[in-house]
Amino acid sequence: MFNYIIRRILYSVPILFGVIVITFVLFYVVHPPHSVALQMLGPKAKPEAIQNWLHNRGYDKPMFINTQAGQSLFDSQLCHHIKSLALFDLGKSLKTNEPIIDMFKRGAIPSLCITVPAFFLGITMAILAALFLVFVRESLLDVTGTILCVVSMSIPPMVYVIFGQWLFATQWSYFPAFGFIPGGFSMARFLALPVCIMAFAGIGSDIRMYRAIFLEEARSDYVRTAYAKGLSARRVLLVHVFKNGMISLITLVVASLPLLIMGSLIIEDFFGIPGLGNLMINATRSADFTVIMAEVYVGSLLFLFGLLLTDICYAIADPRIRLK
Amino acid sequence: MNQETPLLSVKDLFIRFETENGHVDAVKGISFDIQAGETLAIVGESGSGKSVTALSMTRLIPEPPARYVSGEILLNGKDVLKMSPRELRAIRGSQIAYIFQEPSTSLNPVFTIRNQIAETIRLHRPDVKNINEEIIKWLDLVGIVEPEKRMWDYPHQLSGGMQQRAMIAMALSCQPVLLVADEPTTALDVTIQAQIMTQLRELKSRLKMSIILITHNFGIVGDIADRIAVMFRGKIVEYGETKSILANPQHPYTKALIDCIPQLGAGKKRLTTIDHASLPS
Amino acid sequence: MNVFLLIIQDIAVIAVVVAIIWSILRFSRSERWQRALRRFYGDWLGMAMLVVISIYFVVGISDLVRLPVKDPSGRYVSFLDLCFREVPVEKNFSAPLAHTTYSLNGAEPLKGRHLLGTDQLGKDVLKQTMKGCSTAMLIGTLTSLIYIPIGIILGIVAGYYKGWVDDVIQYVYSVIASIPGILLLIALLMVLGKGVLQISFVLGITGWIGLCRLLRGETLKQSERIYCEAARALGQSNLNIIFRHILPNVMHLVLISFILGFSGIVLTESVLSYLGVGMPIGTPSWGVMIDSARMELSRDPMVWWNIGAATGALFFLVISLNLLGDSLRRAFDPKAA
Repeated sequence: MFNYIIRRILYSVPILFGVIVITFVLFYVVHPPHSVALQMLGPKAKPEAIQNWLHNRGYDKPMFINTQAGQSLFDSQLCHHIKSLALFDLGKSLKTNEPIIDMFKRGAIPSLCITVPAFFLGITMAILAALFLVFVRESLLDVTGTILCVVSMSIPPMVYVIFGQWLFATQWSYFPAFGFIPGGFSMARFLALPVCIMAFAGIGSDIRMYRAIFLEEARSDYVRTAYAKGLSARRVLLVHVFKNGMISLITLVVASLPLLIMGSLIIEDFFGIPGLGNLMINATRSADFTVIMAEVYVGSLLFLFGLLLTDICYAIADPRIRLK
Repeated sequence: MNQETPLLSVKDLFIRFETENGHVDAVKGISFDIQAGETLAIVGESGSGKSVTALSMTRLIPEPPARYVSGEILLNGKDVLKMSPRELRAIRGSQIAYIFQEPSTSLNPVFTIRNQIAETIRLHRPDVKNINEEIIKWLDLVGIVEPEKRMWDYPHQLSGGMQQRAMIAMALSCQPVLLVADEPTTALDVTIQAQIMTQLRELKSRLKMSIILITHNFGIVGDIADRIAVMFRGKIVEYGETKSILANPQHPYTKALIDCIPQLGAGKKRLTTIDHASLPS
Repeated sequence: MNVFLLIIQDIAVIAVVVAIIWSILRFSRSERWQRALRRFYGDWLGMAMLVVISIYFVVGISDLVRLPVKDPSGRYVSFLDLCFREVPVEKNFSAPLAHTTYSLNGAEPLKGRHLLGTDQLGKDVLKQTMKGCSTAMLIGTLTSLIYIPIGIILGIVAGYYKGWVDDVIQYVYSVIASIPGILLLIALLMVLGKGVLQISFVLGITGWIGLCRLLRGETLKQSERIYCEAARALGQSNLNIIFRHILPNVMHLVLISFILGFSGIVLTESVLSYLGVGMPIGTPSWGVMIDSARMELSRDPMVWWNIGAATGALFFLVISLNLLGDSLRRAFDPKAA
């Protein structure tokens, strides 16, 4: 199994490289160093001053590979970029000049405070609902449930946020509408509404997916054997179908775990949560391109990590793979 | 065979499947009896209704789309078709047990053999104190070597033959009075087929159990079955003692099926096939 | 913009519509489609959704086709504008079907009746909603025109030729798939700027992944089938096999993908507009309407008609597309649903 993990990691490396190249190219398209230099030094700056400025920051080196005589092949902007990414130096914000890695560290916790509870709440509700729909399959309840799921999927996500906030905070004043105070139980007041809304908004499509997975398992031969043994429908569903279904479900669920750090753009923006999603929104509004690129890179890294985690979990959970 | 009440008595069973394109009558009024300790082989091709018949002994077919239009299935006098779900669950596994065609998919891949057998024992025989011992005993009985090690394996770790033996052990562990074997050897190699059939024969005489054997292969019924029912398009076209049917088949379909059995040393004759058009419908 | 360009634009719109309808009709001559259509006729939910979507479609077209007549602000009018020419612009908010509005000067009579009220700038909400419909239709169609050909070509080529071609295509879509969607879209839009064409382009070049994966899998299955072996044995060229055997057999997947993808595109566009990355200010879009309206719910009296209309329109379009997609899926493959 160790070989399996190593192979999966090696497979991710070229993909990560591809992502780095794309973000690198995008950055330079939007942000040619020459125009930044002009911006910093003023439009009347002399060409030597600009050259100097560029040289000091290494922007005069070739883009991808250095083919100039007497210099190392890897002395290029791309290679320096990769080196700094490997050292987790994500650059500085264009607006505040703060190291982006520090901004990330600050924003991670608030995002996680929302996404992690929402994730677990959502998954639990979705699995229970999916199991219930499979239990009553082909009945009116099943049809109604499925239609409700389609309805839930069709409502745009920001409407959930707007409506939820309006209903619970403004109309009924159960929860505060805005803000975030870190630490302690008082935080729960501010989190409850965003967490609930986030959990509910995604639930429709999840229930449909899980229902399809459990339904597929319910059609297996071993289910027929289980009934032939005299087991009740409840036990067949909750023990036999569930355990097999969960293995397929893990593939879907674990992959999104690392991305929870990134937070939800809409929720954080609306509720004023200072997390990584909010960071992205602010960066978009102020055209802080280094931050945007850093978020894209980190997002991909987390996604690939999630895929790796999925493969590992799958190998552990499914005895057919674990015991080869 | 003395004239006591049969263990299982099927009378005029009629099963219909309702689909979106109309309905299909899978079983059109069949009747047969099984005495205690007797083995009945139901032989026919795919689509003859034999599997549907077998599965309906404990109503294992999902009831929409299947519908029991008429008939009775009397197990020791009680009609299975009129039982409540709880009564049905009580007889499934403990009175009537099943083994299926594909042991690799009929066993749950994520539970050990031990856990799957233990599940049945816990359900129907709660008084058994040492379940592991009991399981070892049954696995040994069906011919699995080193049962105390094998029982902790997952189904995919066993060969096809062993998987089928494990399923037989699971079926027998609650000492049912009737075992329904739905094409138990069809998915296995020919050599393993012989082994499994020998095992079943031995178990039958040891445990004095009744068996319904469903198959399309007339070649395996000779040694084990006491009586044979030949099914064709939902009806029983011939029904009688094994010896007499094999020696003197009456219905042209039966004759055709027997002819299909490849004979060793028969020379370079063409294998017979069944010409459906020439059979009475 | 002169009249000549206008007419070209109009012809382009009509040409695209005709092309889509023609290709659907052409592919529906196959057996599989005929059977599916028969099943579809019996599915009243699917038929109803088709009607609803057609209504949206007509409304959308009515704003995209413009006439060589100018309105007071110098823009060419569309059919939609003509329908609404009697409806005046007010000064500020007003409730649906209201007669008067209140301002600092007290009660003032409204210039006209508005079915869904007016927004902050006094524009009729119903008209804005319908214009948003045309934007949604436009973006959906343009995006589909981009991602569908890419997805078909790359998917079929990957599944048919296998080998290193397959590896390269898989690598490309793994890289794009690794970047979380919204982030990539925002980054690309920052590069390209706001606008309808830019959004369609960005959604198009990131959206082909799902279709490609689907068609690759299907092509892999199909090319193993006997009739492909037979065709090859008969000496038919690869391209011939692809066009005559494989492509017709996967077009139903393309259709379902198109319908379901359309709903995703419309939703994504609305989210992007809501976040402020999508459209330049002033373009009518449901996402922009929802964004501008979010603070208005807490006013007193509450202004709900703006966001209600945009949400309602968006919701009914998306749910119709989703349900239609489901019906089509069931019609083509009753077992898999």
